[in-house]
Amino acid sequence: MAERVLMKGNEAMAEAAIQAGCRHFFGYPITPQTEVSAYLSKRFPKIGGTYLQAESEVAAINMVLGAASAGVRAMTSSSSPGISLKSEGISYLAGSDLPCVILNVMRGGPGLGGIQPSQADYWQATRAPGHGDFQVLVFAPSTVQEMVDTIFRAFDKADEYRMPAMILADGMLGQMMEPVSFPEGKADTQKEKPWAANGHGFKRKQNVINSLYLNPAVLEQKVRERFERYAQIQKTEQMAEEFMMEDADFAVVAYGASARIAKSAVVAARAEGIKVGLVRPITLWPFPTDALQKAAAQVKGFLCVEMSMGQMIDDVKLAISCSRPVAFFGRTGGIIPTPGEVLGEIKKLAGGAK
Amino acid sequence: MAVVYEKPKSLSDAPLHYCPGCTHGIIHKLVAEVLDELKIEGKTVGVAPVGCAVMAYDYFTCDMVQAPHGRAPAVATGLKRALPDQVIFTYQGDGDLAAIGTAETVHAATRGENITIIFVNNAIYGMTGGQMAPTTLPGQVTQTTPYGRDIHTAGFPVRVCEMLSTLDGVAYAERVSVDCVPNIRKAKAAIKKAFTAQIEKKGFSIVEVVSSCPTNWGLTPTEALQWLRDNMLPYYPLGVYKDKTEEGVR
Repeated sequence: MAERVLMKGNEAMAEAAIQAGCRHFFGYPITPQTEVSAYLSKRFPKIGGTYLQAESEVAAINMVLGAASAGVRAMTSSSSPGISLKSEGISYLAGSDLPCVILNVMRGGPGLGGIQPSQADYWQATRAPGHGDFQVLVFAPSTVQEMVDTIFRAFDKADEYRMPAMILADGMLGQMMEPVSFPEGKADTQKEKPWAANGHGFKRKQNVINSLYLNPAVLEQKVRERFERYAQIQKTEQMAEEFMMEDADFAVVAYGASARIAKSAVVAARAEGIKVGLVRPITLWPFPTDALQKAAAQVKGFLCVEMSMGQMIDDVKLAISCSRPVAFFGRTGGIIPTPGEVLGEIKKLAGGAK
Repeated sequence: MAVVYEKPKSLSDAPLHYCPGCTHGIIHKLVAEVLDELKIEGKTVGVAPVGCAVMAYDYFTCDMVQAPHGRAPAVATGLKRALPDQVIFTYQGDGDLAAIGTAETVHAATRGENITIIFVNNAIYGMTGGQMAPTTLPGQVTQTTPYGRDIHTAGFPVRVCEMLSTLDGVAYAERVSVDCVPNIRKAKAAIKKAFTAQIEKKGFSIVEVVSSCPTNWGLTPTEALQWLRDNMLPYYPLGVYKDKTEEGVR
């Protein structure tokens, strides 16, 4: 077992990126993800990595595009308003079939919003991270250890499928400290990238990284090929945790920080004799439809808990084809729901279904 | 039989899509000749812009990346940081470089990013059909300045080389023209000097090439070149604006 150390979520993600073989980080300061940049600016000069503070979020994501084109593992980190600025670059990265990792340590919105934790960027991450037909892989860790684990997985899967991967965290996870251990010997998982634009050296044909296809038939074919890959990913890459679901009559669905609170509420409800469990999506795209469908075959109703006005609830309803009632409880704007509030909602759901 | 002239090897056989009389073809050829002469095609990655030269990857035979509009210097920065010993250049027009990409241009320059920018200034947006560019001259008629560029409402053109020459990260900034053979020869020398500065890790280098757009200027190719001489060169004087290629910027 590797050594366990106490780390802040943001710093743990930064260290995990280093250990996953990332040596190129391009960022722009924004709360509440600043520790990612601070950590990497301290470590990279000592290990031959590139930390570059860009002139804007727009430039940072395009530097990631350049580094990814060269075939190296590249990462950027931001928070909600900054991710909006990066959406142009994310679209180009997806359209150019480039792997990279993007951290979104979410804060309240819209607009400048606030700087407290939020989950209001779910739609943006899973529906429209940029213009055009495409998806990015979206991971939603709920502990600092899981932040570390998903960083490794995000780099590996981004390389495997040649597409951007996003870690959708929030200000609470980014700022909290928990003990973590880093998997040993995992840094050398990088795939060969024969497609990279890094100078052909007259040893191979020219490589072009491009998202422009003026012929509509060719563009449609490109997009269709990408969606075939997405269909494969939806089959094989879903991740979810099922907690106290074995005999559950009701299921709470929550991810990230909300899931921590929901878990406490589920335990409290069990103590009061309510047979409730938790389905916690770890991948938001692909959404863990299988776990939700399995739950739907068993429970009488769902409660979706989010730090937003209700965004993931759309995917819960779609996953189960609205075959069970899905209640919602959310706080937004940087307010974190309490276990007591969620327990109250569980009781309402359980009571109402009797 | 001695070969006295041939197409540079760093240019592909694809027919250029540029309009008749457009000077992009000449500028492409000059860049390709320099890649050949410096024997760097195999270690070069070019960055294509959004604009008329968006499909430059079809013409240059080195590895290429197509960048979002204006972001070529940021993309080139990412490439260069990942590939410090390779040669990285961008090929950008005036709207791309001096309007939507001003921040990326200025900051790549001030960082002293060791890249080369070929900046084609023809005072108009070509690909979208002739709208006002940041370098459109006062009084110049375009699709979006139908009464001529009014400096009271549209402000003044940007002189890129002058602006960038104030930045400490810039090793080399020269403005050239491709309106006649002597100037074409000077343009090639400048491009070669810019790439050489990069190979020697001297800092940021840019060559601004004053060029013509007969189609959107509504002139014949020869009239366009004369218009360039009469109107653009007085506003955009040719010459070296910064040369730290001996000592480097750092």
